[in-house]
Amino acid sequence: MHAEEKMTNETWPASPEKATLEAKNKFLGFWFFLGGETVLFASLFATYLALKDKVPTADHALSKDLFEMPLVFLMTMLLLTSSLTSVYAMHHMKNFEFKKMQLWLGITVLLGLAFLGFEIYEFNHYVHEYHHSFTSSAFGSAFYTLVGFHGGHVAFGLLWIIVLMIRNSKRGLSLYNAPKFYLASLYWHFIDVVWVFIFTVVYLMGMVG
Amino acid sequence: MSTYAQKKGVGAVLWDYLTTVDHKKIAILYLIAGGFFFVLGGLEAMVIRIQLAIPDNNFVSAGFYNEVLTMHGTTMIFLAAMPILLGFMNAVMPLQIGARDVAFPFLNALGFWLFLFGGLFLNLSWFLGGAPDAGWTSYASLSLASEGHGIDFYALGLQISGFGTLIGGINFLVTIINMRAPGMTYMRMPLFTWTTFVASALILFAFPPLTVGIFFLTFDRLFGANFFDPTMGGNTVIWEHLFWIFGHPEVYILILPAFGIFSEIISTFSRKRLFGYSSMVFATVLIGFLGFMVWAHHMFTTGLGPIANSIFAVATMAIAVPTGIKIFNWLFTMWGGSIRFTTPMLYAVSFVPSFLLGGVTGVMLAVAAADYQYHDTYFVVAHFHYVIVGGVVLAILAATHFYWPKMFGTMLNEFLGKITFWLFLIGFHLTFFIQHFLGLMGMPRRIFTFLPNQGLEVGNVVSTVGAFFMAIAVIILLINIVITSVKNVKVGNDPWGDGRSLEWAIASPPPFYNFKQLPLVRGLDPYWIEKMEGKKEMTPAEPLGDIHMPNNSFIPFMISLGLFIAAFGAMYRLDYSWGLPVLILGLLVTLLSMFTRSIKDDHGFHIHKEDLIDEDKGRKA
Ligand code: HEM
Ligand SMILES: [Cu+2]
Repeated sequence: MHAEEKMTNETWPASPEKATLEAKNKFLGFWFFLGGETVLFASLFATYLALKDKVPTADHALSKDLFEMPLVFLMTMLLLTSSLTSVYAMHHMKNFEFKKMQLWLGITVLLGLAFLGFEIYEFNHYVHEYHHSFTSSAFGSAFYTLVGFHGGHVAFGLLWIIVLMIRNSKRGLSLYNAPKFYLASLYWHFIDVVWVFIFTVVYLMGMVG
Repeated sequence: MSTYAQKKGVGAVLWDYLTTVDHKKIAILYLIAGGFFFVLGGLEAMVIRIQLAIPDNNFVSAGFYNEVLTMHGTTMIFLAAMPILLGFMNAVMPLQIGARDVAFPFLNALGFWLFLFGGLFLNLSWFLGGAPDAGWTSYASLSLASEGHGIDFYALGLQISGFGTLIGGINFLVTIINMRAPGMTYMRMPLFTWTTFVASALILFAFPPLTVGIFFLTFDRLFGANFFDPTMGGNTVIWEHLFWIFGHPEVYILILPAFGIFSEIISTFSRKRLFGYSSMVFATVLIGFLGFMVWAHHMFTTGLGPIANSIFAVATMAIAVPTGIKIFNWLFTMWGGSIRFTTPMLYAVSFVPSFLLGGVTGVMLAVAAADYQYHDTYFVVAHFHYVIVGGVVLAILAATHFYWPKMFGTMLNEFLGKITFWLFLIGFHLTFFIQHFLGLMGMPRRIFTFLPNQGLEVGNVVSTVGAFFMAIAVIILLINIVITSVKNVKVGNDPWGDGRSLEWAIASPPPFYNFKQLPLVRGLDPYWIEKMEGKKEMTPAEPLGDIHMPNNSFIPFMISLGLFIAAFGAMYRLDYSWGLPVLILGLLVTLLSMFTRSIKDDHGFHIHKEDLIDEDKGRKA
């Protein structure tokens, strides 16, 4: 099968994300890339655990003072839901239903944007209410780096999905762009999984003390 | 569409190389850039050795010595040894598996340009206020205290070039898994392909910790973070861990491809199938795996405690087992073979005992209790140069001679090659053997001078003389390259006459599409099998047809250039008001280039069957 072929509902293969050699390569390469990303986040997590609550003087806020369940719970729900909506989008991609795919991707993007908005609010809150900043302590540096790296990934993922949606809005699905959509959604799931770990390791374990 | 047959002007050739996505041309770029940095690192080594030739010397100042020392180590590892090996992987591996190109030609080019811009950035430090001076390991307690911007050059330069290496690693992994010719099963892959595969996997998992460590360092120095500052709750040992979780696998990233190169050379010139092929593969994978379990052997004296030290000591010693398997396999391959002592084979034969010495001192260093004595002495310097020069550099020199005809279509002069070999080998042992004893006598590592009458004079002067031998050897190699290129006597497909793997079955240099028809692989050493049956060529596995090729692109250059600009901005942000705008500008250049790549469709082009047939006729006529 060929990337430039004009596809119809009948000729659309079952796994359009892996139908051409280029697509197969991308698919595998992206999984490897995610493997490297996993090690990257593992290093960030390990550092965070080593520096958690390590502050210069006793008047600094610690994790048990900072985190509040309602906000992070809401953020978690937003991101988890966005993972689900991107699954719907890929379901429609496999069925050659371009419009529906775009719709679900759009919803995914909105959820992601809401998540980012809350994250910015959250950081702002810590800095102004608690004087817990990137430079105030080793704890602060480690916290903002770990969570901020994740936030940066969310921002990049959003940008990526938006570019793909706009670029292809007029021309529909092909074997050339199907792998691109698929990988963007894979990336989105990865971001989600990392967040689950952040939720557990940073916030839940942080609230317990 | 036979543009490839036309003669081109200098400008066109330059543009061709700036935009190329052909793995063979990228290989040449790697070789040129890596060779340049190798000579630079060599000059720095000569400065070190001249300064240490006699006691109380003042050829260079203490501060400058630290810069030269740091740049020597950093350049040699990141900008010379690794890129040159990546160059050979690019040149040879796709041919060995019978592929027309790598899986991601565009990313392949991007990897190269990132490496080059990172390396240039690092070396510009010499002209912009001083080079880094905290050693190639850049321990945080030293690097945070270092004044000026030297360390920032180190951090940002390595960050950029590290991305390039990571991309290269992923590219090779996918290439080997997805692009093998029909019949090329995993257990028929040549050993150089196997070692490329495992080294790429190591790159994939070892570079992210370095990336993270360097981010921390950059944040601490330029953005007010406190990762490594104990007064703010930070911890400098975190850097040591991250650095060595990367650093130890890094030495295997270097030595595994070297093992691969020697396996090819030894079996070629012993004219025998590699002894114990499957155990070689097994040992390679095992070494790669164990390579991640031993990083703390660099930190025995950090104070991790006896339990941690013991575990890491035992794990380290365990690596000697698969390495020993390899040594015996090489010996048994030569045993009973009809050996031809060509230049590459001379390197291979001398590599075995040289590397063995480095391995033996490695096991000595792994004895944690004894390491308290060796640590930070010249004993360590001797050890790692025995593995790095006696292993990696000998392999690079051997591969240069071995693959030169395949890459450039002409053969390096064997006589000059042998002179280079002997000078280099003698110089190498002169320089580094005696350093074992200097270390045992108590000479510390990373000192800019030493005192007279402590018994260190003779050892140091011998070591310096040896360094000059190596320098002359390299100069002769360069002369050899010039002479060979000027004469440019063309050679055929299989210039050594004993080629075994697929790369020797096609023209030297290969056409840009490599294989007109993908070859059918019928076993290990496929070309040898065909030759033994009296055939001259591989049996094709497919009918002649159109060949799909990727388009050239200037975008990889632009993406890398953007990061290069951004790095200046990040560094001077606190000193000058233009810093921040430049940082943003650079990042924009990179992002916009990526954006362009993403929205511009790039389907590549086809070489038509008729053109391939025409070209065939042209060649015969
Ligand atoms: C070819 C001739 C070479 C000579 C004469 C040479 C000489 C030296 C010397 C004298 C030192 C200083 C040791 C100290 O004071 O601690 C040194 C350090 C070092 N060399 Fe080499 N070297 C050579 C090649 C290489 C190569 C090819 C590599 C790597 C591929 C390499 C990697 C290193 C490293 C990593 C250090 C440690 C730098 C540091 O302490 O930060 N060297 N070398
Ligand atoms: Cu090590």
